[in-house]
Amino acid sequence: MSIFGFRISPSSAMNLDTIDRSRFEELCRIEPDAARCMSCGACSATCPASEFSGMSVRKVLLCLQRGKEEEAFRMMNNCMLCGKCTMVCPRGINTRHLILSICRIYDKEDKR
Amino acid sequence: MKEIVVIIGGGIAGLEAATQLLKLGYSPIIIEKNDRLGGHVARWNRLFPDMTPAKDIVDDLIASSKDANIFLNTEISFVNRLKDSYNVMLSNGISINSRFILYTTGFRLFEAQKKEEYGYGVYNQVLTNADLENWFNTDKDKRISGKDIRKIGFVHCVGSRDEKARNSQCSKVCCITAIKQAIEMKEKFPESEVFCFYMDLRLFGKKFEDFYTKAQRDHGIHFIRGRVSEVSENINGQVIVKAEDTLAGKPLKVTLDLLVLMSGMVCNPDSTKAASMLHLPIDSDGFLQSSDNVFHITSSPRKGIYYAGACTGPKTVPETLAEARSAVLDIHSEITAGKK
Repeated sequence: MSIFGFRISPSSAMNLDTIDRSRFEELCRIEPDAARCMSCGACSATCPASEFSGMSVRKVLLCLQRGKEEEAFRMMNNCMLCGKCTMVCPRGINTRHLILSICRIYDKEDKR
Repeated sequence: MKEIVVIIGGGIAGLEAATQLLKLGYSPIIIEKNDRLGGHVARWNRLFPDMTPAKDIVDDLIASSKDANIFLNTEISFVNRLKDSYNVMLSNGISINSRFILYTTGFRLFEAQKKEEYGYGVYNQVLTNADLENWFNTDKDKRISGKDIRKIGFVHCVGSRDEKARNSQCSKVCCITAIKQAIEMKEKFPESEVFCFYMDLRLFGKKFEDFYTKAQRDHGIHFIRGRVSEVSENINGQVIVKAEDTLAGKPLKVTLDLLVLMSGMVCNPDSTKAASMLHLPIDSDGFLQSSDNVFHITSSPRKGIYYAGACTGPKTVPETLAEARSAVLDIHSEITAGKK
């Protein structure tokens, strides 16, 4: 669609009516703490991969809730499972375990 | 003869103050402009964080203060300052002389229709926190009863922290009230999805944070940081809410069956009027100005005039009750000091 020499970029708006939250709900059943994140950002600040790759557990959780799963997977590819985020989380969320659960649930879906 | 104390306002602060004054052997007179006691709390259903029925608290207070002189449907016509006391003239023609006046004039709920962009009074499915409590109490509201409610939104800070609405103060209780009501709605409509749109979550009180995590974890309530920018209606009568998810940095849109506006606490014009009769100072937020905001929150700059509860700013129920007791102790101290 560049007949006129310009393109229209797709809307970045999130429509909560159309997103499928079933996988996130499944995640919450296994990891009820996933819903307790209050987006403080301590995990992102301490993450050794964050400054090179943009990895952030906070953003991963937010993306999954808002149906932006691809974006979450891109970030998670850079996680080294070092567990520093688990240490700093003020809500005591076992983020390392959470990341492994995310991998398990979302990976299973993709193989279907 | 028993010392008379005039209490302006028969809400929970006035009732609690009357109760304590009676215990100390004084003669309180409550002046209430409405035809019933209990103020805003009497219109509420349950109170955070323990879900105490509001009716229990109001009924207890009315019972414990029943020996006070109570004038319903009565307003203050004027107040005159005498040498060392005050002459209060009531709208029913009764005149009272007293050395002490306690203002428990409380607050007003912000009129949500002033925030036109939220559509209260314009779209059918938009209601306020007070409307929702009324529904909890009466089960009568055509917008909710018998309807298939699947998606519910709560808008925090309606008329609070809003300089354009001329209320820059935080109303303190709306964050926790929104969470309370969100949980209650989720219990009434278990299949529904509930969204809370907030700027900050100000959960300062005892057990408030526990309430928040309970809402997130046990009830799956979605918290979206971002102020609702506009509300519109679709052809099915549902409301479409637009906001920015400021954590994701992206605009967001959602269709809801019900939108609840958390109207904040604003100053009561009746309280300003009653204060102006004695030239009492009004603070920049419109509420009555205490002689000191740290040490003497219940004292006015004028001798014999005291304040308790939300007439000096937004307060929770326990804070209001504590202030009522504190003001009574101040009055008691002044009386006993004079007798020595």
